[in-house]
Amino acid sequence: MRLITHNMIKLFLLGEFTNESPMGIEVEKMEVRKVGFNPYFLKKMFDWVNYNALVEASKIMGYAELPDVADPSMLESEEFLRKFHHALLELHLEEGSLVCPETGRKYPVNKGIPELRPYYDEV
Amino acid sequence: MASRPELQAPPEIFYNDEEARKYTSSSRIIEIQAQLTERALELLALPDDGIPRLLLDIGCGSGLSGETLTENGHHWIGLDISQSMLDVALEREAEGDLILADMGQGLGIRPGVLDGAISISAVQVCFFPSTSYHFILTQYLLPMTFHLDKQWLCNADKSCHEPRKRLKAFFESLYRCLARGARAVMQVYPENLAQRELILSYAMRAGFSGGVVVDYPHSTKKRKEYLVLTCGPPSLSTATPKGKAEDEESCSDDTGSEDEKNQTVCVSDRHRPRKKQKLNKKGKGREWVLKKKEQMRRKGNAVPPDSKYTARKRKARF
Repeated sequence: MRLITHNMIKLFLLGEFTNESPMGIEVEKMEVRKVGFNPYFLKKMFDWVNYNALVEASKIMGYAELPDVADPSMLESEEFLRKFHHALLELHLEEGSLVCPETGRKYPVNKGIPELRPYYDEV
Repeated sequence: MASRPELQAPPEIFYNDEEARKYTSSSRIIEIQAQLTERALELLALPDDGIPRLLLDIGCGSGLSGETLTENGHHWIGLDISQSMLDVALEREAEGDLILADMGQGLGIRPGVLDGAISISAVQVCFFPSTSYHFILTQYLLPMTFHLDKQWLCNADKSCHEPRKRLKAFFESLYRCLARGARAVMQVYPENLAQRELILSYAMRAGFSGGVVVDYPHSTKKRKEYLVLTCGPPSLSTATPKGKAEDEESCSDDTGSEDEKNQTVCVSDRHRPRKKQKLNKKGKGREWVLKKKEQMRRKGNAVPPDSKYTARKRKARF
């Protein structure tokens, strides 16, 4: 699971919202896979991505190069875009779990696939 | 009919490792899935500027539809309920990220971040309680769909699966996570009018505008229905596109009839009504009568003088 997906996930289970804070990450195993670099896509995603959550997540994944604060003017620099690209699209969480910030419940991640099913007895 | 997948078990149980592998190793299914995905992408009408988009594949299964998305250069997030299908997707090295989740419980995606969503033969909705569940399935005989349905939004196998609630959760969360003006294209096989209307009504209630596009409506095999939903109020730009071959009177009947046409005699004149032929003939007219009278006078016959009554028609009741 890439961090772009982690960034997009927001639990919504049968009408009950969790708040805006992102899911926590527990890493057991991670991987880096190279993908093609496309600055246009990154610029577009920059508006949509929750940047603070991405910085947090990439630090947990062991990549601390991303600056803590970013503004749209930084998108002109190739260096920043490369870092953004690496954090967003190339860091893969292979084994571990996602932690709900409100309830503390853990959603396991196996082979890169997070299991986001609520248990039926809870619903 | 006994081998219909949905008759045996809900999707997360039916699509075990063996079934998932069977499904994905069939070249025919791969080809059909690729075609359906191409058409769905066409209907999504993404702006053609070469920038990759972030798309959601609802019911991605073994990532067959995702492969087409990757070929078109898009990033995608896949959602499926079957662990085995997702395992196959991993083996096939699907480029997108996969999430194991149930779409009937809502999509866990942040609002307004997706450029579009597609769903190929996955939103297969069964709206009725378990008593009529099997009846509807056995009524449902389209040969093409045989292996294609993967996920029943409303499997009535578990007590918490209440169809309407699930439909509502699904469409509302989908509406939320799409960007304004983005489209969602779902290829569906509704069994009857009531079902189609129910799906559409829940989509409209969630705020979508759009409708159903039917490709090849006259063909039983090639016929495909796509639900094209647009985020936001209806406008000209959100008008539902036309289906393929919708205008043709009948596709399959006309093809190959050219030879027959050459052999048969043109008989259209034969069927022309007699009366019409008579009506077309004009009466002789006043000039003709005057000319004849003149001829008779020259011959020396007794001819009545011309008057305003000459060559007039008698009244019907004469």
